[in-house]
Amino acid sequence: MAPTKALAFSLAAIAVLLLAGLAAPKWLLFLSTMAASHGLAILGVVVLMRGGGATFGQGLFFAVGAYGAAMASIQLGITDAILRALLGALAAGLLAGLVAPLLARYRGIFFAMLTLALSMVAYGILSKWSALGGTDGFNLPRPTVLGMMLDTSWADYVLYGLTVVFAALAAAGVAVYFRSSSGLASLAVRGNDLRVEYLGASPRALLALNFSIAGALGGLGGALTGLALGHVDPQFAYWTTSGEFVFAAILAGYQSVAAVFVASLLLEVVRSFSNLYFPNTWQLALGVFLLLVVLFRPGGIGSLWSGRKAKPARPEPEGEPAVACKEGTAT
Amino acid sequence: MTHLLSARNLNKRFGAVVAADNISIDVPAGQKLSLIGSNGAGKTTFVNMVTGYLRPDTGSIALEGSDITALAPRHVARLGICRSFQIPQLCLELTAMENLLVAVAAAHPAGLSIWKPADAPERRQRAEQLLEGFGLAAFAERRVTEMPGGVRKLLDIAMAMARQPKLLLLDEPTSGVSAEEKFGAMERIMAGLSQEAVTVVFVEHDMDIVARFSERVIAFYSGRIIADAAPDAVLKNPEVQRYVTGGHA
Amino acid sequence: MDLALTIGIDALTYASWLFIVSLGLTLVFGVLKILNMAHGSIYALGAYAAASTVALFASWGWSPASSLVAMLFAAAAVAAVVGPLLERTLLARFYGRDEVLLLLVTYALFLILEDATKLIWGVNPYYVSEPYSLLGNIEIGKLVFVGYDLALIGLAAVCGLAVWLGLNRTVAGKVVLAVIHNPEMSASMGVNISVVYSVAFTIGVFLAALGGAFTAPMISVQPGVSVSVIIVSFAVVIIGGLGSIEGAAIGALVVGLARAVAVHVMPEIELFSIYLVMAAVLVFRPEGLFQSVKARVI
Repeated sequence: MAPTKALAFSLAAIAVLLLAGLAAPKWLLFLSTMAASHGLAILGVVVLMRGGGATFGQGLFFAVGAYGAAMASIQLGITDAILRALLGALAAGLLAGLVAPLLARYRGIFFAMLTLALSMVAYGILSKWSALGGTDGFNLPRPTVLGMMLDTSWADYVLYGLTVVFAALAAAGVAVYFRSSSGLASLAVRGNDLRVEYLGASPRALLALNFSIAGALGGLGGALTGLALGHVDPQFAYWTTSGEFVFAAILAGYQSVAAVFVASLLLEVVRSFSNLYFPNTWQLALGVFLLLVVLFRPGGIGSLWSGRKAKPARPEPEGEPAVACKEGTAT
Repeated sequence: MTHLLSARNLNKRFGAVVAADNISIDVPAGQKLSLIGSNGAGKTTFVNMVTGYLRPDTGSIALEGSDITALAPRHVARLGICRSFQIPQLCLELTAMENLLVAVAAAHPAGLSIWKPADAPERRQRAEQLLEGFGLAAFAERRVTEMPGGVRKLLDIAMAMARQPKLLLLDEPTSGVSAEEKFGAMERIMAGLSQEAVTVVFVEHDMDIVARFSERVIAFYSGRIIADAAPDAVLKNPEVQRYVTGGHA
Repeated sequence: MDLALTIGIDALTYASWLFIVSLGLTLVFGVLKILNMAHGSIYALGAYAAASTVALFASWGWSPASSLVAMLFAAAAVAAVVGPLLERTLLARFYGRDEVLLLLVTYALFLILEDATKLIWGVNPYYVSEPYSLLGNIEIGKLVFVGYDLALIGLAAVCGLAVWLGLNRTVAGKVVLAVIHNPEMSASMGVNISVVYSVAFTIGVFLAALGGAFTAPMISVQPGVSVSVIIVSFAVVIIGGLGSIEGAAIGALVVGLARAVAVHVMPEIELFSIYLVMAAVLVFRPEGLFQSVKARVI
């Protein structure tokens, strides 16, 4: 999407969502905040998926972002939510950038398994690190926003607004990225990385780039989730957390950025609903749903409206042979 | 005189199979060279070594005097050698236009950008120019999966042309194209290339195509070169007739 | 000296458990090229089925020794029901498609089986500890080991040998090896690929269920049992090389040793010592110690 158009869309979305949030009941506000913050992590998975890398380790960056935002307040005394979210994203993005060149040598299930292993190493570290609360994690004090302490009655709305703004801006950025030459080349790497190599570009560098972007988005999502929940724990890095992000990414497809947040919202809605009424069948529902999507709509829900079906070709003139030849040159 | 491409004493074995046996070839700029030989004779191995996909066991390859033997394919491409493939290597889910836009973007000296759109007007124009040069304008918005084999071949070559290479290696450009259309396709390819003053090396099995479109022919057999001369001479060579063409000129 | 012996035996028993549990995973990958994320869930199914069957046999008044038969029977039942069902109705639709897509399908399967197990057996833990004391204790020097643990070593050896002999010394095994190396060629030679796939998958399922069944007496069988198994068997299989039986054995020994050392020397790193080893192997030798499938690197 063109930068100006993306920004316009995104500002419009922010305006609409902020207004709607004023009228929304607390539970819906919280649900939407989670949808937006998880949506960022899912967006990261989609960026990577679109570039040919399937990751079961997004939880690593999700956790790094969350713990980073927490540590920023504990170690550095920074209480501002915006700063903490950015620091969380930065920490995760840096880690991703460091690790990316290593991972970018691999593809397919080896790539997926390596990301899974890394996130489980992080889970192991966080679980045993008693200073960070071990397996229970720890609670965070309420953040401040732009210097102001958050009044409990307004805190939820402010955190919602913050998350929505971050999500919308990030979404706009990603939409612009998808249309860029790197974005298109990433799609090409997914399709045929040998070809991209022979065109003079580096598939490895592109995969590393996508991985770093995915990490930063995961970190941002994790930081915002931690801030909104007021709590972080090692479960953020567990492979099943990553699995849920993957599920939502598959549901969304990689053709539309908006679809990612719709999928995330759907996931949160079904999650709350099933937690209340069917706690023992939440995973069953997820699994069945995933199978249905993979079987019948492998392009994800995004393909429903972004229509990557190519436009039909102009009708060929009669007698045109399979290879397009200039008239009169056939022997 | 520095030749455009200079391969010296290339040797390559795969276990017991000798794919290249002391191959030395000099290609002057502007030449139209064809490589012939039965399957497994070493033609594609040569192309793979020149483009950096394979490393020769011994020997060296130079482009305009600079050594390129150990470079990866993308570096070789950036220096000016591009290729098309026996089985067209395309991004199947993308359209012809999108495939070319990637090629054009990768060819840009500033490299890939993370925000500048891939389909900016100048780039679209360049991609359209390439499509038209190969007669593929009608397929611009068609996905590769919906294209017939001959069209894919041409697109593959068009992609290789995006960098305006000094040297173009075509691996069996007319294979998969029906007999009546072979000449037309080759005419189209050569017309597309002549606009850009490219040195061409193509691997071919069709001797009529070879005779018509190349000025020099090198024949391979079991990894060795058995003939290297103008098409007439090579095609009349008894060894070539025995091992490659199978009988009559 | 005692410490070394303890670590050694611990490593061996844990490695045996790992081997039994991972053998099926590597076999399924070798033949069907599927990395089955639901492998742990089938292990759990085996454990639950064993718990139920042992309790059933006990309620019929059968001797405690019959519990071993019960466990074997439970594993076989799970394999017979689940194996062909999953393979034919679900996995077969995705053959030839992207390997990551299949990974996702098996992930979906894992999610489904997790809750299915909860629905059938409930969320409360099952204890079926009688078989554990069946074989008494064995003294080696000053150290006492549980006979059951040592018997696991025997079971692992039997399973490994059986699979290896089956693949390398029988005609059917040679057919499977051919399919592993070149499915298209085998098909054009008249081999019924779907039958081979079905049988291989069912054997893989049986081995997973067997692991679960025979582990049931050692743990409390409850939801979540599968998750710990998946990660650990992945590690073993990746370290040893996907598709390699010898690799699974070596991988199991490596992981077993790493964990045993960690538990006795530095317990804090127990959990992630395994993942660290796996990550290290993936970084330095991605095809595993016994290459059977080359990791794709550009």
